[in-house]
Amino acid sequence: MNPKITGAVARRVLTQLRRDHRTLAMMLVLPCLLVSLLWWMFDRNEQVFDRLGPPLLAVFPFIVMFLVTSVTTLRERSSGTLERLLSMPMAKLDLLLGYAIAFGVVALVQALLAVSLTVGLLGLEVAGPLWALAVVAVLDAILGTTLGLLVSAFAETEFQAVQFMPALVIPQILLCGLFVPRSALPDVLDNVSNVLPLSYAVDAMRQLQRLEALDSDFGLDIAVIAGFVVAAVALGAATLRRRTG
Amino acid sequence: MMNSMDAATTSVVEVSGLRVVRGGRVVLPGLSTTVPAGQITGLLGPSGCGKTTLMRCIVGVQKTQGGSVRVLGEESGSPALRRRVGYMTQAPSVYDDLTVRENLRFFASVLGAPGARSDTVIDTVGLGSSVDSLAGRLSGGERSRVSLAVAMLSEPAVMVLDEPTVGLDPVLRRQLWGTFAELARAGATIIVSSHVMDEAARCDRLMLMRDGELIADDEPASLLAHTGAHDIEAAFLALVDQEARP
Repeated sequence: MNPKITGAVARRVLTQLRRDHRTLAMMLVLPCLLVSLLWWMFDRNEQVFDRLGPPLLAVFPFIVMFLVTSVTTLRERSSGTLERLLSMPMAKLDLLLGYAIAFGVVALVQALLAVSLTVGLLGLEVAGPLWALAVVAVLDAILGTTLGLLVSAFAETEFQAVQFMPALVIPQILLCGLFVPRSALPDVLDNVSNVLPLSYAVDAMRQLQRLEALDSDFGLDIAVIAGFVVAAVALGAATLRRRTG
Repeated sequence: MMNSMDAATTSVVEVSGLRVVRGGRVVLPGLSTTVPAGQITGLLGPSGCGKTTLMRCIVGVQKTQGGSVRVLGEESGSPALRRRVGYMTQAPSVYDDLTVRENLRFFASVLGAPGARSDTVIDTVGLGSSVDSLAGRLSGGERSRVSLAVAMLSEPAVMVLDEPTVGLDPVLRRQLWGTFAELARAGATIIVSSHVMDEAARCDRLMLMRDGELIADDEPASLLAHTGAHDIEAAFLALVDQEARP
């Protein structure tokens, strides 16, 4: 691994994103629009917005970043530049980390925008500290990025990458406790939800809604999400192959 | 036979019994050859004959099913070779949404080459006037020149160029072949593929490929003398006919 090369990859990806206005808008503006839509839907019932807002602040950035990252990274494969880079003195982790850092920067901006809008303009109220709300939202956007990086290693085309969205993301949304509290799920599904990262993001958000002082459960949720982030990057690097068929 | 003796002592690439199967099809059934140092070796043959696969094996990005490929005394694709082997793929492997300069600067930092080297190679491929254009806005020929410039960045000892002159105008083609000759004179070993037989005359040595096998491996002049043909295309046909006859 070489920090200079990691940095060069991150800078390059950010330069490319800066030129791609549509993708940038999708990443920065779309979650804000979706949260606004939710607020409008429950215009006459603010309690529902207060209840659904925080979990969805975790879910929307996650979905958007997953989708954009998995497709963008695949362009590297289809353009032949991935093969070229892997024939050069570049560690696989340099490439993955470079991407994770670049999209992580975007994820940070995106989550901060969405949280500021939701709390500032739309009047979302939570019991816990706002910085913690921002931390969970940012971490979740980064989780979406790193899972997107991971699945892009298993896809040959952009079309295949998009297919991972319903397969890997929608079950997480269904089981994360958004619709039914996880404790009320049948045992088998409850156990399944225990190994899905989005469950921990929604758990953390639920805590923020209820408790003024954060306890060790919150810390544990954050640690589990961070663990998934690290594992996705490591696994993504391990699945890259310098030699292909 | 003097030639093969010389080649054995100064060969840069040694391929032996190389077998590659892609998608159930045997592309290289068991190829053996050597590439001499400091020369331009042309790899010629119809498309689908295995040129690209052989080049990918030399660079070390192709999965193989048998045999060995050694480059500069190391196993192909080994970490020690990643700065010493320059590779230009058939389709230009550059970033369309970066400018020419940004492309070169990025690859230079990956290779650990000094930034000034980017400007040198941009001039070498004649793209000095387009440094700030996005690669995606360039013509096909210009984009492959960006790709060629990337392959030259680390001043590699071995350059593997897959059809570097496709779609270029004759003046530019002559200019690039001039560059290859200069690099070879400076000691670089250049392996260049083409399906245009008239480029063969510019090579020091030719490998003619058909259906994954080498049907000739010789200097252009002796290839012509040996087959009695007046150009390389005719020599190729003569060799194919010879094989067909029992």
